Amino acid sequence: MTGPPRGDDRPLPPGSARSWDNRSGGPWEERSANWNRGSNAWEGGRPPAGGSWDTASGRRGGGQRSNEEEAVGRLVRPYTVTGGRTQPRYQLQVEALVTATVYEPRDLSVLAPECQAILQFCRDWRSVAEISAVLRLPLGVARILIADMGADGLVRIHQREDAEGRPDLNLLERVLSGLRKI
Amino acid sequence: MDSVRSSVGAPQGAAAAMTSVKIVVAGGFGVGKTTFVGSVSEITPLTTEAMMTVASTDVDDLSHVPDKNTTTVAMDFGRITLDKDLILYLFGTPGQHRFWFMWDDLIQGAIGAVVLVDTRRLADSFPAVDYFEASGLPFVIGINGFYGQFPHRSKDVSEALAISPDVPVIPCDARNRESTKATLVTLVEHAMSVQATGRY
Repeated sequence: MTGPPRGDDRPLPPGSARSWDNRSGGPWEERSANWNRGSNAWEGGRPPAGGSWDTASGRRGGGQRSNEEEAVGRLVRPYTVTGGRTQPRYQLQVEALVTATVYEPRDLSVLAPECQAILQFCRDWRSVAEISAVLRLPLGVARILIADMGADGLVRIHQREDAEGRPDLNLLERVLSGLRKI
Repeated sequence: MDSVRSSVGAPQGAAAAMTSVKIVVAGGFGVGKTTFVGSVSEITPLTTEAMMTVASTDVDDLSHVPDKNTTTVAMDFGRITLDKDLILYLFGTPGQHRFWFMWDDLIQGAIGAVVLVDTRRLADSFPAVDYFEASGLPFVIGINGFYGQFPHRSKDVSEALAISPDVPVIPCDARNRESTKATLVTLVEHAMSVQATGRY
């Protein structure tokens, strides 16, 4: 089985020199390194890992909403925040991990509230699915925003690229031993 | 065969080695998918929602809500931290089978699938079995024993589902953490043997 399409063949927006599949070095790494150097000063102010998760998941504890309630409650069209785009720059898997590279962007006002929420939530590694569920963003919207934030260097994204389209034996071995230990 | 992590802008170091994997949990409506996920997840199962747009109105009967042009598809999932740098996600499939597009998305890069079966409603699991057979995703059958009863032998269930004798069929209790763990272990072992022998 060949690997799934990752959106690598999707044309990048005009003026963009970056690509998702840039695994070793390149503009991505340099850019990220700069971000990290710049953000070291903030590390001290980092809250305990998982703190925001508890608050956020507690907020969801109010039970399930029906589709009707959802349709009524959502006054803003879901893709407004993405500027109407429905396709992300690269195809993020639901389990792809995301972490913020900056915790306090110098100018918060330039970021959409949804993006600020993602930065807040991703102080520890969170999956695309968790971001969508806890921040109540439809999956498609979350994917677009996260991919954009990755391109802007606001978050780091970790997604496996399996040569065979499936986790290899070595990784399966680790999963197996992990499952036996928990 | 190597898994290469694509780390967008990740510096070298411990934090860069974080990896996530996923297992899909499928089965008919009310068969215990969310219970299964919840029994082993370290978080209360969360729900992520995807929007389906007007393009799907041909298959969705929306006549009673004429102004409605989107439908929400919900997916429950849980998380298990297996190691300091390895997280396993369990995703319950959206129940309705017309949402195949969600399944296609979900099985990309998955380890495999657990198909939960209620032997009183065996036919409910046929679409999932067909789907995973066609997609080549390794899967196991978990017979969810309601009231702790397993009136049918694994072999009989295997024959009734018309699946390859290589596919493990195991009794389980979706409410029980140890049972769920054992089912997941069986799946991972099966995925490894599938990969070692090159058969699907």
